[in-house]
Amino acid sequence: MELRALDRELKKGSAGLLILSLVEQRGRHGYEIGKLIEQRSRGALSFNVASLYPLLYRLEARGLVEGRWVEKPGQRRRRYYRITAAGRRVLRQQRSVWRTFVKAMNRVTAAELG
Amino acid sequence: MADWASEIRALLEGLDLDPARQLEIGEELGQHLDDRFEELRREGLSADDARRAALAEARDGRLIAELRQLRRPASTPVPGLDEPGGWLSGLGKDLRFGARLLRLNPAFATAALLSLALGIGANTAIFRLLDAVRMRSLPVADPGRLAGIRIVDNPYGRTGDFSGNFPQLTFALWQEIRAQQQPFESFAVWGTEWLNLSPGGEAREAETLWVNGGFFAALGVRPALGRLLQESDDRPGCGFSGAVLSDGFWHRDFAGDPGVVGRKVVLEGHPFEVIGVAPPSFFGVEVGRRFDVALPLCAEPLLHPERKKVPNREAWWLAAIGRLRPGWSVQRASAQLAAASPSIFEATLPADYDAVDAKHYLGFRLGALPASCGLSELQQRYETPLWLLLGTSGLVLLIACANLANLIVARASGRQREMAVRLALGASPARLLRQLICENVLLAALGGICALALSQVLSRALISFLSTRSEQWNVNLALDWRVVAFTAGAAMITCLLFGAAPAVGAARTSPGEAIKASPRGATAGRQGMSLRRVLVVTQVALALVLLVGALLFARTLRNLATTEAGFRRDQILTVELDLSPLALPRERRLGFKAEVLARLRRVPSVAFAASALIVPVSGRGWNENVGIPGTNVQRRVANFNRVSPDYFRTMGTPLLAGRDFGPEDTLSSPRVAVVTETFVRKFFGSGNPVGKTLAVVQEGGRPDQIYQIVGLAKDTKYGDLREDFTPIVFAAETQDENPGLQQRLVLRSSGDLSGLAAAVKSSLEDVNPAIAFRFNVFETMIQEGLLKERLMATLSGFFGLLAALLAMIGLYGVISYTVARRRNEIGVRMALGAGRREVLAMILKEAAVLLVVGLAFGIVLSLAGGQAARTLLYGLRPGDPLVLAGAVAVLSAVTLAASFLPARRAASLDPMNALRDE
Repeated sequence: MELRALDRELKKGSAGLLILSLVEQRGRHGYEIGKLIEQRSRGALSFNVASLYPLLYRLEARGLVEGRWVEKPGQRRRRYYRITAAGRRVLRQQRSVWRTFVKAMNRVTAAELG
Repeated sequence: MADWASEIRALLEGLDLDPARQLEIGEELGQHLDDRFEELRREGLSADDARRAALAEARDGRLIAELRQLRRPASTPVPGLDEPGGWLSGLGKDLRFGARLLRLNPAFATAALLSLALGIGANTAIFRLLDAVRMRSLPVADPGRLAGIRIVDNPYGRTGDFSGNFPQLTFALWQEIRAQQQPFESFAVWGTEWLNLSPGGEAREAETLWVNGGFFAALGVRPALGRLLQESDDRPGCGFSGAVLSDGFWHRDFAGDPGVVGRKVVLEGHPFEVIGVAPPSFFGVEVGRRFDVALPLCAEPLLHPERKKVPNREAWWLAAIGRLRPGWSVQRASAQLAAASPSIFEATLPADYDAVDAKHYLGFRLGALPASCGLSELQQRYETPLWLLLGTSGLVLLIACANLANLIVARASGRQREMAVRLALGASPARLLRQLICENVLLAALGGICALALSQVLSRALISFLSTRSEQWNVNLALDWRVVAFTAGAAMITCLLFGAAPAVGAARTSPGEAIKASPRGATAGRQGMSLRRVLVVTQVALALVLLVGALLFARTLRNLATTEAGFRRDQILTVELDLSPLALPRERRLGFKAEVLARLRRVPSVAFAASALIVPVSGRGWNENVGIPGTNVQRRVANFNRVSPDYFRTMGTPLLAGRDFGPEDTLSSPRVAVVTETFVRKFFGSGNPVGKTLAVVQEGGRPDQIYQIVGLAKDTKYGDLREDFTPIVFAAETQDENPGLQQRLVLRSSGDLSGLAAAVKSSLEDVNPAIAFRFNVFETMIQEGLLKERLMATLSGFFGLLAALLAMIGLYGVISYTVARRRNEIGVRMALGAGRREVLAMILKEAAVLLVVGLAFGIVLSLAGGQAARTLLYGLRPGDPLVLAGAVAVLSAVTLAASFLPARRAASLDPMNALRDE
């Protein structure tokens, strides 16, 4: 399967899940989130400025993540995103949906491969 | 490092974000681009290439598109995530949007709010009165266990002397009921009387309650000061003590003196000791009334030594409320009282009753009625009119609703494009419906609030309309949950009525068609138009019902005001004298009364003066059983009056034959009488009665009193203006064998009535300063007697006009709309040779069809509805053809006039212009 197509299709349904997973343990800024997705997916998934920020803002507007300006000595301030309690609930739920889905997909496709 | 500020500003420019938010996003995106730029540089790109690549990513159209959608989160849910607010999210936004629409369209908002406020306000005002007089519980402990006790089955009526507001029982009866009953643990028994507070001169009165000792305890009322009456205060021979004051009287007459207990209140010249003050919330047991002083029943015989009511078994003056024992229902109590009735009435039979009266009396049956809301004359007199008025104002509200619905349908047609665009952008029909309903709810809520405020003013105005100088209604109009619930309910129903149908119609719009159609063509298909026609037909029908009602009541009032009463109403002053402070012995009373009369006849502005035991239509009465000696007419009821010479001349009642009373009629001469035409018809059939005799049947086996008829007077009204003429016998005051200490005078003035009162006052004070007296203008008294009719005529007239006006506006709207819609068609017709006349006729015909259909329904409804008003009419029937024809004519004229304007506009269309617009 062509990777760009996979990227487009799956990102639509799962971008929220990706971002929530990445900010679950600690706050991260937008660029870092984008880079992490790219690294951890080994380049299979990538976000650029046009696809990442609207998604972040949307998650923030729904109260799933919370953005906060953080200033460190000698650096410009940056906006860090952390998960909220509501975000954790949604993340838990989406993870289990995703696992079920992947498991089901695996069963079907593995059987076919024989 | 590159500077991205200008590029990012250019990107975000068109988004119309909050400036602070825009700065933040700009900063964040700038940083991202910085990072990206550095990354690309590290990968080996030149500064220019790196900058171009980073910017290309940012200028990808998706960023702006997504950010723009962010501003409308409701329509772009994150995939897989539920909206956190669920169905209700965005409700506040809907309401704000509705409010903004109303602000942007002040003409619509004003029209809608005004009709809602008026419609709901009128309903609420009338409902508040009903609530106050009908539904509120008495301000006493546990009112649900109170039951009224009275005779429930008396087909023949009672015989005796009736006084007070609720003459339901005699003292003997209540004593016997108390002895024989089982259902009640305690009783509140009372009689009402006006007692004079002033030592002489013009009377000042206190509304007095004669109560039993257990009265306050039975009602569970606690004193605000001192103590209330107890059983031990109410025992025979109790003396002048034990007055309990109402809170209002305490403040008015004792300036709220905290040391009032032990002071005296002087009533009819007797000082009563004050023992306590009732709490402010306790107005008595009659809704709409207040009491000033409560006295124990045992003191009544002391105050009226000559006409004691306590020992008089024929004196009906008391009312009773009992508190049910636990476990007894009103029905069971009623059954027990009915079972005990024969022995109760047997034990209390008045000795003076003749066989017929005794037989009726023994057949009476007692019963219990729920009394948690107290008893009220206001209730009895105004309940039917108030319900009728509530119905009437409800109809007005319906018509107003129809108008609003019309406005909204028209507006909905105008907004069809807006709806279509929103549907096309992905809003669901349900979402649009909610938006429309929100707008209506907002309207209804605002209208309801205005209505509540308006009803405050209106219901007070109604009460002051109903209050007269002699009757001050004291009604608690404070808001209670029932009033608020009623208003909210009315607003809600109204909102559903005027909002639902148009909203459904609008939400059902097909977006494609609506967008395609031209603005004019988009004005709704047949559905919207036929709905508006139905609404107008409804309006016309309801307006006709209200107009018919208004005319019926107006004619009733006019019939009563101009009815031939047999006397002249104007220029008469009545004076009631109380001579009891003079303590005149019986044999001197006739002479004294004649002297007073002679003295007043000498007052310059008095044209004629006479005394009369009963002033016509004052509500007082005296009747006797009369027979005609030597015929088979043995025992028929006739009304009586006792008058002085000159009475007929003073009242303007013509004597048709014979003579007036004169000085020759004395105690020693044969008894003489003047009778009326109806008396002649009923007792003799016809002919001149002068010279014949009549016999007044006496009770207790005494011989009949024989009167010689000396005169025939024209018929005159006796008890009230509504009744048919009754047979009346006038006896001579100069032949009164048992004159009382009251004297009523009628004075015909030759000039100004207020000047006359002053002159009469000073000459009465000349005769004896101890005489107590009270003035009444005869015409005012009659007017006040027609209060109910005036209330109905005024209010239903107002509602009728309002209804006609609303129907007119409704028809005007629909016809204007039709004309606008058919502009092209009219243009084509005119271009093809149709004349202005034909166009005018065509449009008017459309209006006429709506009108005729509406009128047909309206006539049917009026005939049916008129039955409800039957008892309130005088001199005409509910289906009076003249009234129906009048209402039809008025409504037709008004509404056709309203549709003439748009019709003329249509006829003066320039066909070229109309066609060019297409």
